[in-house]
Amino acid sequence: MFLVDVILSGLILGGIYALIAMGLSLQYGVARIMNLAYGEFTIAASFLAYVLFSAAGVSPILALAVAMPLSFALNWGIYRVLMTPLVRRAKSPGALEVDSILATFGLLFVVQGILLVVFGGSYVSYSYLAVPVQIIGSTVALNRLLAAGLAVAIALALTAFLMRTRIGTAIRAVSVNPAAAPLVGIDTTAYAAFAFGLGGALVAASGVLVSMFFTFNAAMGVVFTMKALIVVIMGGVGNIFGALVAGLILGLAESLTAAFLDGGLTLAVNFALFLAILLVKPTGLFGKAAR
Amino acid sequence: MSTFKPTRRAVVGGIAAATLAAPQVRAQAGPVKIGFSISKTGPNAGGANVTTLPNYQLWLKETNEAGGLKLPGGQRRPIEFVEYDDRSQSEEAVRNIERLVNQDKVDLLLPPWGTAMNLAVAPSFNRGGFPHLASTFFVERQPELVKRWTNMFLFLDRPSTAITALTDLLATLKDKGLGNTVALASVQDQFGLELVSAARAGIAKAGFQIVMDRQYPPGTQDLAPIISEAARLKPDMFLAFSYPPDTLALTEQARIGGLNPKVFYTAVGTAFPLYKQRFGANAEGVMGIGGVDVTDAKIKDYIARHNRIVGREPDRWASTTTYSTLQVLTQAIERVGIDKAAIVKDVGSQSFETILGTIKFVDNQRVDQWWVGQWQQGEFVALAPTKVGGTKAPVFPKPAWPTA
Amino acid sequence: MTMKPWLPPLLVLAAAAALAPLPIVAGSYWMALLVNILMYATLATAWALFSGPTHYVSLATAAFFGLGAYTMAFLGETLPLPLVYGVAALIGAVVATVVGLSTLRLSGVYFVIFTFGLAELVRQLVTWGEAKYGGTVGRFVFIDVTQQGIYWMLLGLLVVILLTGLAIQRSRLGWALRAIGEDETVARHAGIDTTVSKVAVFVVSATFMTLVGAIMAPRWTYIDPSIAFNPIISFQVLIMALLGGAARLYGPILGVVPLAILFEILQANFPNYFSILLGIAFLVIVYFVPNGIVGLIDQGRGAIVRAARRRPHPAE
Repeated sequence: MFLVDVILSGLILGGIYALIAMGLSLQYGVARIMNLAYGEFTIAASFLAYVLFSAAGVSPILALAVAMPLSFALNWGIYRVLMTPLVRRAKSPGALEVDSILATFGLLFVVQGILLVVFGGSYVSYSYLAVPVQIIGSTVALNRLLAAGLAVAIALALTAFLMRTRIGTAIRAVSVNPAAAPLVGIDTTAYAAFAFGLGGALVAASGVLVSMFFTFNAAMGVVFTMKALIVVIMGGVGNIFGALVAGLILGLAESLTAAFLDGGLTLAVNFALFLAILLVKPTGLFGKAAR
Repeated sequence: MSTFKPTRRAVVGGIAAATLAAPQVRAQAGPVKIGFSISKTGPNAGGANVTTLPNYQLWLKETNEAGGLKLPGGQRRPIEFVEYDDRSQSEEAVRNIERLVNQDKVDLLLPPWGTAMNLAVAPSFNRGGFPHLASTFFVERQPELVKRWTNMFLFLDRPSTAITALTDLLATLKDKGLGNTVALASVQDQFGLELVSAARAGIAKAGFQIVMDRQYPPGTQDLAPIISEAARLKPDMFLAFSYPPDTLALTEQARIGGLNPKVFYTAVGTAFPLYKQRFGANAEGVMGIGGVDVTDAKIKDYIARHNRIVGREPDRWASTTTYSTLQVLTQAIERVGIDKAAIVKDVGSQSFETILGTIKFVDNQRVDQWWVGQWQQGEFVALAPTKVGGTKAPVFPKPAWPTA
Repeated sequence: MTMKPWLPPLLVLAAAAALAPLPIVAGSYWMALLVNILMYATLATAWALFSGPTHYVSLATAAFFGLGAYTMAFLGETLPLPLVYGVAALIGAVVATVVGLSTLRLSGVYFVIFTFGLAELVRQLVTWGEAKYGGTVGRFVFIDVTQQGIYWMLLGLLVVILLTGLAIQRSRLGWALRAIGEDETVARHAGIDTTVSKVAVFVVSATFMTLVGAIMAPRWTYIDPSIAFNPIISFQVLIMALLGGAARLYGPILGVVPLAILFEILQANFPNYFSILLGIAFLVIVYFVPNGIVGLIDQGRGAIVRAARRRPHPAE
């Protein structure tokens, strides 16, 4: 019984990790933008959900319908306006990496600064669907279960989309070989912008969902960026399914460590696991060739 | 803030300038420059924005509306703030203080938020002879520190005192049917560790038995494993030495996981208005660090003013303490003027009337204060130590969590 | 460009000699700013020793900086200071060797995030170890090192780093590193022992970072893992070095000085809008100074050379 508790809470936590990371996997894996401002968009979406809920009584689930398109458009615009010039002038993938790190580092401060001016630095928290649910004799919070479940659903749907549809195939082509994609008639920039926007929609989804149970403030974006980076790299860049698996592994490890080893070591074990996996598989769990 | 001009004074003195427009008493001299460095951004921003900044703003506005700080001769001088953001980095805090002292030539300094930040700037305060009235400073080594920095006054006593108050209170509940099993959870940093190590000793002394003793890294918000273990053990008491985000997470998960001990205690953040807003009726009976005497007219008045001027309620622990530091400073200035050395001497030797009652320092430390509070019908009341006065009887046992 | 081999070291020493007396005239505030600039200058220059030529971007700066700071916190009150710095350097070197050897198979972004994860792991382990065996997580650093003392030590360290950098550049090692940066596979085929070259310079770079941590710790009176291993340090060093230009030895300094001054101006004047303005400043720099400050200088130099070659117009 106890073991069920531990595994279940680990899987739920892992699902939340995967949820946080999937958008970045698209933004970095396909659009090749190492987005350091990623977590600020998570927090921005959390604030949006909070405002809609507390001021207008809109449920966070409905807020998804507002936040996701909005964030898609915003991120698409960011790619078009801010990132395209960098992509154009980059002579090598390495140069683009450096430029995107610098530019999104700037973006991070801008978004965080705006959030601070609008919302102040205080903690924000609200309660939605914080009701117990029984699963195989174990009690979990409905809001967390929902977030983790949606993460799995999104990961599977996205993987199917990338594998089965024409657009998905084109996106994968851009992801695998951005230089060759235009040769077969793929508009690289358009697809990269689409992927970046899609990543933005996912980041908004994660922000809205985690706001149901996380306490957050304007300064906490960086926490999400760091978590997402670890999960994305561990799963293999650009591999949504890899992000899901990596997230679940980290969540499980954290829960097992807390239960059987030492609660103070949870994050240490997570990082150690991450490092160990990279040492064995230098391009992550599902990464292909070295880049 | 809508004033946005590229000069420091215009920006930071925005409030001051606005209030200066209509002073009842004409200022007879230039403003008193008071500087501070605080974490407006970074991991400390959450604490600073709840506890410290609002009180500084409240004090500035009220003082200037009254015409300014009263000096020994009866004349008044308005306050002008010079404020900087330390971005939650010690290095920036040190530099900000150097800038305040040497470039801005401030007359007085207000402390930053948090133990580490106060320690980082303490040598600079000390070098310049500035009175250092610290309210969010909480370490076991306090007696030694105030000997090193005689200009420092600590408004919170030590972690071990806080624990003594808690365990003494718990011991009195034994007769009322409190069992003797305790589950402990603590955040793995200086705050959590000093409290939990004091707690282990105190709990043993009170004759209780520790059945669980778990720690978690700072920043953890998924505490389901800890709660489910505790729920399985069904302890009589659950004590968590936690920070705001984890305090909320622990409470939420305890409610969901059906952890219903007779005493449920969480530390920082329990006294926040946010806690009540988030949990409503579920907060009833939850104990936490801090507490105030809600029947006291001074406290009622303070909460009302805070609400009116800052736009939200203060927390019921460090906010009141922070405000009392400013009252002490105001009264010392009224007696001795803007004279750093004289203020230090005055604070160390005189007694002060504040919203927390009379404050008199013993070896630069404030000793008598409330350490355990409890949510009772929408108010966070003080429970212990009872010798301080103004405490209420605890709601015991804590009612089981109502419903969602 | 030909330059006499003795000229750069001489310039470094002359510049240091010119900067050394500053504490005599500078007030406390200016000293604080100078120490801040020097801290980042030493860290960024040390960072670029390895990351500049090899193009391996490391985010482990905070790990080594923090180890140095903790060494000082642990030993500062029991051992004589020079010995503490020695121990710190040794710890940095040992850890860097292990890390260097373990990361050999990693490249690109995997290396970047690996080094980040490593810094976080060290921070978590120190937190846990302190909690379990130290009894507390915060440590007091009551060591009487004045601001001037810190300034002189950092300045001296910067000189050592620059001279080391010059020596490496000229040696076979420097050539090997540049070859690795161009194409590691080709370098290996050309007979370069890439393992030894990479690890050797990584260790040198990390040792310097550890020393900076040990020198800076007394300034803060108190450290805990979130202060000593603050990931912001890693990112800030990276940004400063990249903006200056990591390809040249002096590049990072050119990034640190203007950025530190920019931080200072924004921080002093816009406490409530610092983030937004800093972010905008970063964006402006990325778009308008694409190749770092070193790139600007090269461009300017190129323009001068071209202008000199052009025959003067009769009207001029």
